[in-house]
Amino acid sequence: MAQVADKLDTGSPTAAEAAFRAARQRQIWRRRTLPLIGAGALLGIWALLVYGLEVPPFVAPSPQLVAQTLVSKFGLLMDNLLPTAIEAVCGFLLGNLAAIVIATVFVHKKSVEEAFFPMVVLINTIPVVAKAPILVLLMGNGMEPKIAIAALICFFPTLVNMVRGLESVNPQAMELMRVLSASKTEVFLKLRLYNSLPYLFSALKIASSTAVIGAIVGEWIGTTKGIGALIVQATYSFDSALLYATVIVGSCFSVSFFLLITLLERLVVRWNAPQVV
Amino acid sequence: MPDAAPERRPLASGSAVVCDQVTVRFVTERRTVTALQNVSVSLPHGAFLSLLGPSGCGKSTLLRVIADLIAPSAGSVSVLGGTATAARTRRDLGFVFQDAALLPWRTALQNVELPLEVGGGSARGARKSNPRELLNLVGLQGWENAYPHELSGGMRQRVSIARALVSRPRILLMDEPFGALDEITRDRLNEELLRIWQETGTTILFVTHSIYEATFLGQQVLVLAANPGRVREIVDVDLPPQRDLSMRETDRFMKQAAHLRAVLETC
Repeated sequence: MAQVADKLDTGSPTAAEAAFRAARQRQIWRRRTLPLIGAGALLGIWALLVYGLEVPPFVAPSPQLVAQTLVSKFGLLMDNLLPTAIEAVCGFLLGNLAAIVIATVFVHKKSVEEAFFPMVVLINTIPVVAKAPILVLLMGNGMEPKIAIAALICFFPTLVNMVRGLESVNPQAMELMRVLSASKTEVFLKLRLYNSLPYLFSALKIASSTAVIGAIVGEWIGTTKGIGALIVQATYSFDSALLYATVIVGSCFSVSFFLLITLLERLVVRWNAPQVV
Repeated sequence: MPDAAPERRPLASGSAVVCDQVTVRFVTERRTVTALQNVSVSLPHGAFLSLLGPSGCGKSTLLRVIADLIAPSAGSVSVLGGTATAARTRRDLGFVFQDAALLPWRTALQNVELPLEVGGGSARGARKSNPRELLNLVGLQGWENAYPHELSGGMRQRVSIARALVSRPRILLMDEPFGALDEITRDRLNEELLRIWQETGTTILFVTHSIYEATFLGQQVLVLAANPGRVREIVDVDLPPQRDLSMRETDRFMKQAAHLRAVLETC
């Protein structure tokens, strides 16, 4: 076919093509180097301010001091990251699983959705810091309340997005399924579920970072282990370098978790799905 | 109305589709819209009927009534001697949508295979064509593994035609399938559709708002008037069944199109 030939024909590179490739190469380099320059500049300003204004170390540490702490207290930081990571990941799995199951029920039983969805929205408006003490009172001082907080924080965005993804199916595709006499289960498995995947992943990406926030906020209240607990301890002992190092470790974990989900999304959603936020 | 026995051979006599005094009303908060009013039409086996009319005349609604997607408010529809529902569950109906309605997460081939995966064992097992051969039939060999976003609008519509044909429907319902395509692609697909019609012997109902397309494709053109949607006239197209694009330059074709335009202007 003519179209196939067009697609396969790369041809010999002309001057215009070479120029285009060079411009593209420059563009890629810009995208790689400029963020690094930006980060470096901010670090420089930070160092300049701390040294220039002679800020005492208990108010704000220098970048160098933070780096030293990251190395010298690496063991302590990792010991505290582990429980937070477990809580965040468990909460993430639990909360999202519950959201997916309940969204499926909502889509199949409209009356259940109409009865409970307003409550879901209402509970979602309560801020995490307000939910956390309630759950600590209910579940004690162990990992459970932290997992519950992380799960709750993941649950609502995923539920809302999942319901939207399962329901916002192309009406003509629905008509097609009817013309094909497809059963409700077939419509769900062949159409709704795939349709919801881009929505689900956009919720999961949000949930991956909020789950960590949930676990940390949970640890603020009555725990001695975890990133959240370490933040509180470092603040009360004016150990600003440890505080900054802890925050960096926590956000590095968050970013890795986010990147993992993004990678998973690329593997699963291989078609050109519309970007949903 | 008794359901037809699962008879596979085309019936020697009788009609493929009979609409008797079909009325469809849509009730909304503001008003009740009569999309179709007392529409009666009968279509012999193997016919190619174009449905032409201004927007809002109920062309698509009529197609959906026959496809058992909309239940008529009054009147009756008989498809292949039985109800529309029976015809649908037997896979006697194929539907081609305006925007192709391909599933974006499936490749061209997987989209064509969809009808063989859903809708209960007896219906999908009875008759089927080879999906790869169908892609060849619509001129898409080599594109089996392309995703819909990698295909042009015309190619997507070809895939959806192949999908509609895979369970060998005896009636093909097409809802403005080429409306969004450029003229050259449209012309080519019109010719290919005529070829497919002649090769498969399928009865085709084709909704369009192009006078030329309606004339070029149809043996008959059903002209509908709007508000409420009703039959204005059923025009027999006085052209030989073997047609190619050059025919559109002939006086005979021009006269036919002019006549349709005159009828359409009274709608």
